[in-house]
Amino acid sequence: MRAFVNNRRVRDVFWQVAVWAAVVGLIAYFVRNASDNMAKAGIASGFDFLERTSGIELPFLLTRYTAQSSILELLWAGVVNTITVALIAIVAATFLGFALGIARLSRNWLLSSLAGAYVEVVRNIPVLFFVLFWYFAVIAALPGPREAIGIFAVAFLSNRGLTVPTPLAADAFSIAALASVISVGAQIAIAAWARRRRDRTGRGFPLWSTGAVLVAGVPLMAFAAAVAATAWDIPVLRGFNYRGGFVLIPEFVALVAALATYAAAFIAEIVRGGILAVPKGQLEAARALGLRSGQVLRLVVIPQALRVMVPPLTSQYLNVLKNSSLGAAIGFPELMNVFVGSALNITGQAVEIIAITLAIYLVIGLAVSVLMNWYNAKVALVTQ
Amino acid sequence: MTTRLALSLRFVRARLFATPLDAIITFACCWALAHFLAPLARWLVIDATFRGATRADCTGTGACWVFIRARWGQFMYGFYPLDQRWRVDLVAVVLLLCAALIAIARPRHRAVMAAGMAVALPPLVLFLFYGGIGLPTVETREWGGLMLTLFIAVYAGLLAVPLGIVLALGRQSRLPAIRTLAVIFIEFWRGVPIIAVIFLASLILPLIVPSGIGVDRLARAVIGLALVIAAYMAEAVRGGLQAIPKGQYEAATALGLRYPAMTMLIVLPQALRIALPAMTNEFIALLKNTSLVLIVSILDLLGVAQAALADPAWVGMTMEAYVFAGAIYWLLCFALSRASLRLERRAAQSHGG
Repeated sequence: MRAFVNNRRVRDVFWQVAVWAAVVGLIAYFVRNASDNMAKAGIASGFDFLERTSGIELPFLLTRYTAQSSILELLWAGVVNTITVALIAIVAATFLGFALGIARLSRNWLLSSLAGAYVEVVRNIPVLFFVLFWYFAVIAALPGPREAIGIFAVAFLSNRGLTVPTPLAADAFSIAALASVISVGAQIAIAAWARRRRDRTGRGFPLWSTGAVLVAGVPLMAFAAAVAATAWDIPVLRGFNYRGGFVLIPEFVALVAALATYAAAFIAEIVRGGILAVPKGQLEAARALGLRSGQVLRLVVIPQALRVMVPPLTSQYLNVLKNSSLGAAIGFPELMNVFVGSALNITGQAVEIIAITLAIYLVIGLAVSVLMNWYNAKVALVTQ
Repeated sequence: MTTRLALSLRFVRARLFATPLDAIITFACCWALAHFLAPLARWLVIDATFRGATRADCTGTGACWVFIRARWGQFMYGFYPLDQRWRVDLVAVVLLLCAALIAIARPRHRAVMAAGMAVALPPLVLFLFYGGIGLPTVETREWGGLMLTLFIAVYAGLLAVPLGIVLALGRQSRLPAIRTLAVIFIEFWRGVPIIAVIFLASLILPLIVPSGIGVDRLARAVIGLALVIAAYMAEAVRGGLQAIPKGQYEAATALGLRYPAMTMLIVLPQALRIALPAMTNEFIALLKNTSLVLIVSILDLLGVAQAALADPAWVGMTMEAYVFAGAIYWLLCFALSRASLRLERRAAQSHGG
């Protein structure tokens, strides 16, 4: 008996079963209480409410949702808005963050101090502060539509939001997109061929110059042509507001600006850390081999810096996604706001609604993680 | 004197005007500074109004700090009854005294003292804030401002640290079922937005306790925050656990120590010391994230600032309210991040030497 109790295998099994039993028991207890409480309060359960008409108007829409649509469609509209805000904020934050990170490493004392001051100020303030500040203090303080700030006389920024022109037809853009896909595909094929040739013969190939043409040049020109070939609905001031175009509501502008300016400070630190993590010997060795400074950066510094930067960048991007839920604080109709706010108000089914919302964030987050892990595996060091 | 001048001249040439491009960058930065910083300084200080008592005194073109002075009590205590605010002040004094005591104590006594205070102070502070046994009760909905921000951060932290340690140990466990459980728990809370968790806590917690038991609104928010921060703390502690050499485990086993003794006496004391800077950073994140309780209408520092904007007697004080609240958050978090840096440096030194 003593030997049985002291057997390591037996003890391992015992503890694992005990902990799981405790957790499952606790959850069962919670579920029983919840069903009792909900029965007492007369709260319905199940997912039938998703079929009901929502009756809610949304001020910012990218789907075909109307007030007569179902709650499921309301959910989808919220998801699309969340992803849109997060994507735009991530792109903006990446550019701003890389610029700030490189500026912080500049030899120029003034530039590096300014970038450093930005990072230190922003990192130590809550993100909700930025959302509220941009919305109530910056966008609200912009001039009205009559004195709007024109951007190349086609887009207008005022306290009613950012009014942007919209294309009247999408055909030219479809063609441009197709051309871009083909051209990027060609570059990928060339890269694969060039690598095989290098492995076989050791001869290099100017991949960067074909890349510049195929990845940047062709798509840029195709889209520029599409922009020129398409008729545009350009916003025009009529009376007190703009007619035509698409209105990015103030909530949208404030949320994107807040998420981007906040995340940029963290990305700047990641970029700085990544570049500093490249050992000095690597630079010296590269120079000793006779590489020019551009080549040193391209072939030695960036590949090694990226390897350090990708995992923390992933978690920053996920933070932007999660922080987009703060749109709920200023009334932007993203997932949290339309679902945990509006849909919960009309149905009262808190458990189902929270479960769906959390599941959606987890799924999107998982998708981003998988994507970035795949990329990380590509840039990671291959050791023998 | 001349060497100094030469040195600064050399600095200016090397760090500001090394190349033509550098000179252009320097001038562009100067232009930006003059364009943005000068108006900011004028608004903040030069053109600002400091004296007075009402909105009518705000005549300058700059900020009107009179507003902050008039609202000072709310920014600090929220709607805590005026005649009871001495209790909050008393807590502040006691905490400062305790901090001073730890600072002047002998290094080897510090850990024991800190542990004793961590056990004794939270109930005492809770009693002083809430009342009972002789003190008039102050409901949690009357709490607010900076006091509430710090209260939520500290109490959520107190819940999160032990839970985080347990989770980290679970994730590093030899037993696969326990490891899986810890991973699921940690990744779940790290994968969802904090405001969703605060909603979850405020809507679901009252449902899952037996009917008849109420859960205080503030307690729900604290528990919600604690769950999320525990998951992040667990990752910080895991970093510390992974940094411990395998030989330590082997030596402990060779000495005949069982898991609990090995963990408490050998592993955790070393792991926590290594993880302390990372845990401090998580606490900073927690302090910033307390502002999210605004979403369930609990008015912490940022919430009070937001609520103050609705006062018809003080129209147009948006900037002042935000700048003041933002400055306080910044001061707190910046001080903590400096402390974390110092801890990190000291740890690096003790490892090197």
